[in-house]
Amino acid sequence: MALDKATVARIATLARIRVPEEELEPLAAELSGILDWVEQLMAVDTSDVPPMTSVAEMTLPMRDDVVSDGNDRDAAIGNAPRTARGFYAVPKVVE
Amino acid sequence: MSELTALTIAEARAGLRAKKFSACELAVAYNDAVERIKPLNAFITTTPDRALEMAAASDARLAKGEALPLDGIPLAIKDLFCTKGVLTTAGSHILDGFTPPYESTVTEKLWAAGAVLLGKTNMDEFAMGSSTTTSYYGPSENPWRRPGDNRPLVAGGSSGGSAVAVAARAALAGTGTDTGGSIRQPASFCGIVGMKPTYGRCSRWGVVAFASSLDHPGPMTRCVHDAAIMLGTMAGHDPRDSTSAPEPVPDYEKALTGDIRGLKIGIPREYRIDGMAGEIESLWQAGIAWLREAGAEPVEISLPMTKYALPAYYVIAPAEASSNLARYDGVKFGLRIDGDSLDDMYEKTRAAGFGVEVRRRVLIGTYVLSAGYYDAYYLKAQRVRSLIARDFAAAFERCDCILAPTAPSAAFPIGEKADDPVAMYLNDVFTVPADLAGLPAVSVPAGLSDGLPLGLQIIGRAFDEETVLRVGQVLESAASFTHLPSFIAG
Repeated sequence: MALDKATVARIATLARIRVPEEELEPLAAELSGILDWVEQLMAVDTSDVPPMTSVAEMTLPMRDDVVSDGNDRDAAIGNAPRTARGFYAVPKVVE
Repeated sequence: MSELTALTIAEARAGLRAKKFSACELAVAYNDAVERIKPLNAFITTTPDRALEMAAASDARLAKGEALPLDGIPLAIKDLFCTKGVLTTAGSHILDGFTPPYESTVTEKLWAAGAVLLGKTNMDEFAMGSSTTTSYYGPSENPWRRPGDNRPLVAGGSSGGSAVAVAARAALAGTGTDTGGSIRQPASFCGIVGMKPTYGRCSRWGVVAFASSLDHPGPMTRCVHDAAIMLGTMAGHDPRDSTSAPEPVPDYEKALTGDIRGLKIGIPREYRIDGMAGEIESLWQAGIAWLREAGAEPVEISLPMTKYALPAYYVIAPAEASSNLARYDGVKFGLRIDGDSLDDMYEKTRAAGFGVEVRRRVLIGTYVLSAGYYDAYYLKAQRVRSLIARDFAAAFERCDCILAPTAPSAAFPIGEKADDPVAMYLNDVFTVPADLAGLPAVSVPAGLSDGLPLGLQIIGRAFDEETVLRVGQVLESAASFTHLPSFIAG
């Protein structure tokens, strides 16, 4: 599976990672190499095989819908690079 | 070389209780060793003052005869475990300055048992790597050197810093995480014991996520007995991790009876791969002979899907990583690069914050999960994963555990394989299958190849860490690996 430059640019945008123009081409070659190697999976007959959805056979437990932790604003925003009046601060989103 | 840093956990525990030395003396000896190991870059953060405070508290309990299970035992913690009030980086630039306001469950259990924090160890960025060379903080160096060759060697990875600290006697034991081999492969490269328990045995809560269905916290120690002691404290159900297993934790030390008579040891024929070093094959044969002499019965088994484990892993792990790493957005913690808009800020922050291997895997993961490719790659890989688990289930109808090499080579020079991601991925060819199937496995140092350590691993049934440890200890005694690395800090 060969990825072209445009596809790499598209997935970089989806992943929100800025990739400089000059790195797109080498990155496309590198990712194509990995995907080519992964292609060998297509040789396995998996008809009638369900995809694994949980490593250990167990049902996810339920818990009571109550506050068990939290209501600690200062701890929650304590590591934020930028805050304002007790909130996370981000660039303007709405005009 | 200090006598105190040469002890095992079991010996230190006995010495502390018999008042032959104090926890503070032990902490001082290890703090000094941590200083001396600096050239190997095993630690990202050291916490000597905290170590002394924790040791003083241990001494107070020991004086009152109220010793806890790990009182006074100095540990190196992989920098993937969140430690309250202590910088936690995951080896990444994007977590610059992150000081968790909470403690991971596993480390919380260790401190509650009286263990002492020496520092946080270096690792491949977000645990993505097999050499501890992708860390933002630079590579760790293996304390071993090939005789007559001065080139620095990789520690293995991703838990390379913990492996180096334990091997060079700068920590009595350490923690690691194993997603594709990240405990067992560095243990093999550094000549120590690395144990990956069953998926769900040790809580993932507070461990920085890489691939949630594959991440296994576990101990890294100098002997199998110490692994049993550490696991006994680290394991256990945790309601804060929804995949944590509600299984009782047995007394792992009691499982070390030394008696493996009658056990059937599976020898998977698919683990003989093309181009495998002759020393690894002969070490494997030696391991088979040792277990036979101890009264076990080797049986040939088949795990036909083995060759598909790595490619399946390199779809599933990047897919989960691309999702888990979406949280690093410059808003809630860590690095932020300002931009003209929210998206501009996200893209600049993530471009600056992630190294090349992390970027590579996030992009692969994004691609295999994107519209039109999800079925072809991600679901296909998860179906193959089911087949890999079935292989093991069928094998365990014929045997009680499996013996195999841990890694296809000994430690290689830093910088080698750096330009070829697939060559680097092949390091995990023998370790990845047990991660995909969630099975317990221990790597034990079993011999030398050209002066460098090599490990053999025992893989067991889900939640049967006891058999894995028991057979691992018999293997350890038979191999009687007493070689030491060229660099000893303590």
